[in-house]
Amino acid sequence: MRLELVKRPQHSALFSALSPFIALGLTLVAGAIMFSLLGKNPVEALYYYFIDPLRETWSLHELAVKAAPLILIAVGLSVCYLSNNWNIGAEGQYIAGAVLGSSIPVLLPGFQSWIVLPLMLILGMAGGAAYGSIPAWLKVRFNTNEILTSLMLVYVAQLFNDWLVRGPWRNPQGFSFPGTVRFHEYAVLPEIWPEAGRANWGFVFALVAALLLWFMMSRTLKGFEVRVLGQSPRAGRFAGFSSGRMVFFAFMVSGALAGLAGISEVSGAVGHLNEKLSIGYGFTAIIVAFLGRLNPLGVVAAGLVLALTYLGGEAAQISIGVSDKAVRAFQGMLLFFVLACDTLIHYRIRFVGARAARAGEAAQNV
Amino acid sequence: MDRTLPGDRAELLDVRGLTKVFGTLKACDNVDLRIGKGEIHALLGENGAGKSTLVKMLFGSLEPNGGEIRWKGAPVRIGSPNAARKLGIGMVFQHFSLFEALTAAENIALSLDDDTPIHTIAAKAKALSYSYGLPLDPFSLVGDLSVGERQRIEIIRCLLQTPELIILDEPTSVLTPQEADKLFETLERLRSEGKSILYISHRLEEVKRMCDAATVMRHGKVVDHCDPRKETAASLARMMVGNDIHAVVRPAVEGIAEAKVLLEIRDLSRPPATPFSIPLRHIRLDVRAGEVIGIAGVAGNGQGEFFEAVSGEALQNDPGAIRIAGTDCGRLKISARRKLGAAFVPEERLGHGAAPRMTLSENLLLSRHATDARAYVGAMGVIKAGAIQSAAQRIIKMMDVRKSAVDPEAASLSGGNLQKFIVGRELDRQPRVMVVNQPTWGVDAGAAARIRQSLIELARAGSAVLVISQDLDELFEISDQIAVMHNGELSMPIPAAEATLEKIGLLMGGAEPGHVDHTPEIA
Repeated sequence: MRLELVKRPQHSALFSALSPFIALGLTLVAGAIMFSLLGKNPVEALYYYFIDPLRETWSLHELAVKAAPLILIAVGLSVCYLSNNWNIGAEGQYIAGAVLGSSIPVLLPGFQSWIVLPLMLILGMAGGAAYGSIPAWLKVRFNTNEILTSLMLVYVAQLFNDWLVRGPWRNPQGFSFPGTVRFHEYAVLPEIWPEAGRANWGFVFALVAALLLWFMMSRTLKGFEVRVLGQSPRAGRFAGFSSGRMVFFAFMVSGALAGLAGISEVSGAVGHLNEKLSIGYGFTAIIVAFLGRLNPLGVVAAGLVLALTYLGGEAAQISIGVSDKAVRAFQGMLLFFVLACDTLIHYRIRFVGARAARAGEAAQNV
Repeated sequence: MDRTLPGDRAELLDVRGLTKVFGTLKACDNVDLRIGKGEIHALLGENGAGKSTLVKMLFGSLEPNGGEIRWKGAPVRIGSPNAARKLGIGMVFQHFSLFEALTAAENIALSLDDDTPIHTIAAKAKALSYSYGLPLDPFSLVGDLSVGERQRIEIIRCLLQTPELIILDEPTSVLTPQEADKLFETLERLRSEGKSILYISHRLEEVKRMCDAATVMRHGKVVDHCDPRKETAASLARMMVGNDIHAVVRPAVEGIAEAKVLLEIRDLSRPPATPFSIPLRHIRLDVRAGEVIGIAGVAGNGQGEFFEAVSGEALQNDPGAIRIAGTDCGRLKISARRKLGAAFVPEERLGHGAAPRMTLSENLLLSRHATDARAYVGAMGVIKAGAIQSAAQRIIKMMDVRKSAVDPEAASLSGGNLQKFIVGRELDRQPRVMVVNQPTWGVDAGAAARIRQSLIELARAGSAVLVISQDLDELFEISDQIAVMHNGELSMPIPAAEATLEKIGLLMGGAEPGHVDHTPEIA
């Protein structure tokens, strides 16, 4: 018996909606196999991964804290990917936004007013957008591959941040630990409901950004332009759209949102800039964007799922002693299955029985 | 459909009940085909009739789902092109597979299995080419050769393997009439040597002139086997299409010399954009309100580059090089040119004129978001989906676009139906200037007639229409004047009444206007 992929005449709406769920299901099965091979009870492990973190209010808040940057970054990336610009450097834009936004409370600690926080958020977005415009400019001007340039700029940003928090921006009262001073009260992003948990306004920003970009992509001419240029650049040029300007637009939108995620994380969840800023949200967001089918509303759901794997990973590490590397393996399997299941949207599987294949062969040999 | 071969030729190929299924589509349904030794056999049919599928099965690049192929009386299974060549079946493809940066001899050597030294191949190829009246310099670079010469390389490459059956896929579609004549002589010669030829074409006059037998296909089935010499072109067309095609009517125009010039091209030059594209040299042309001007030419003589320059996908330095409705627009982009009343239909439907994975209504917005901004786009750039949807349905109705869903993806339509939509999308605006590149390329005869008629009607309603086409019959049918593009230069337009196939053919081969007696060197 063998499998054949047969191209569908139109893409299948059913499998467009179903494929992330099939992928999720396959990931669970593969995860269960992985846990049994590690000698753990798979049912117990999956329980700690996916159910346990949802049982308490405070841990739902933690979920929102983790999901906010993932969603913010991934909705921006979905615009980028739909326009066929492969921004892999969201992690760098996230750091750039965090660093530039932090410059106000770090460099001007005496400037204390209600306007500090809005300024920080704006600077964060500007920093991310500016950092994102570097690979965009290189692509338009020199036709460089944006996958490589944006990825390499991540390392530049990481090392720059590391140098800042160990060097010029280090807190003099910090006992030589790397990290800036704690932000003053005007520079802290407030929690939404402090009595219940730690979730801050970053989660609200994420939902608003997802709604705005969903509206732009599905209802406006700009969204149409993004999709046309992404799907067939030549038809886009025929339509009178400029692909060069689109490269800048896509990179700066996704850069700005990654930057906003960065400054929200620093001024909200963390409270100061330190060397542990970069923990891979920008890369995990790539999985989120694809799991959400590059649809901003789907990204919200996908962001929550991926945030759950982070929390579940911690829970499983504590309760049954699985290595935290298992989280990475989970996320990797999820991306693999998502991309594989997407094949079902444009192709359908046909089973060719061994007998039928032999019969066909025989008929041709007569 | 069992019938004996005409005359007493020995049977070479006998195909019985051959079937190929793609998903739910029967591309070939129970096809019979018999070819005798020393016969030129025509395979006729519209685009999508199943000719290519049949031929691919004969040449081993597709495997049939059912039926059998008999070669010299014995059943065979042709599993690969190599197996086909071993049997003695050779093929010359419509789209050449040659490396432009290699010489003719090197290209030939690449397709041979053995490691014969290159100079032996060159000598063999040269001898063979002269003996068949297809002179060829084996050491010339393919990139420097004309399309006709490239086709010779393909034919020589095929002949070197001494095939008994040669399959030619639309061989004359890229040739000037003179080059085609030369090819016909070669084919006659091959026939006299006892070789058989399967000749795929939709040019009925050629088929009537040369072929001994014809098999006509429609919708994957064989509709008839006939002797083309006993048929008329009209009766063959009827077999192919299934019903009578309405002839295109071109009413005469009066006083065109006084009509306003709506599209003015003044000394348009353009350096080549890539190493293999053609530079444009000092092109001048006026298209007046009310007339259709046709631009003839062999493919790859600068038509694509010219279209890009006129449409504004590529800009000019000199603003006056292109004027639309009296406005300099050499430096204006395509949307600005559209707003001046111009409309454009490019050669490539999928991926240029339309985005394949977008619906028809989205593809309507593609070319009209700037000109119809008020109707289709509201405040904050919000798209008015309802207005676009109803406009798309109006166009679908007007052009009789056949489709499977209310608003299907462009890629799911057949070529002809998509082209009807793309042309209709522009006609719906009543543009003052319409520029069309290959309006009916790969379109079935019924749809082609409809598109041509609508272009003439647009012109007669007071617009200027410029049609670039490789199909001379089409240009003679619709144009009031015909100009010829050769190697990036454009000849003076010739009024349709004075244009003959021969005159246009000589210009296509590169003869200078006014030096018509100078026969182009076909060497």
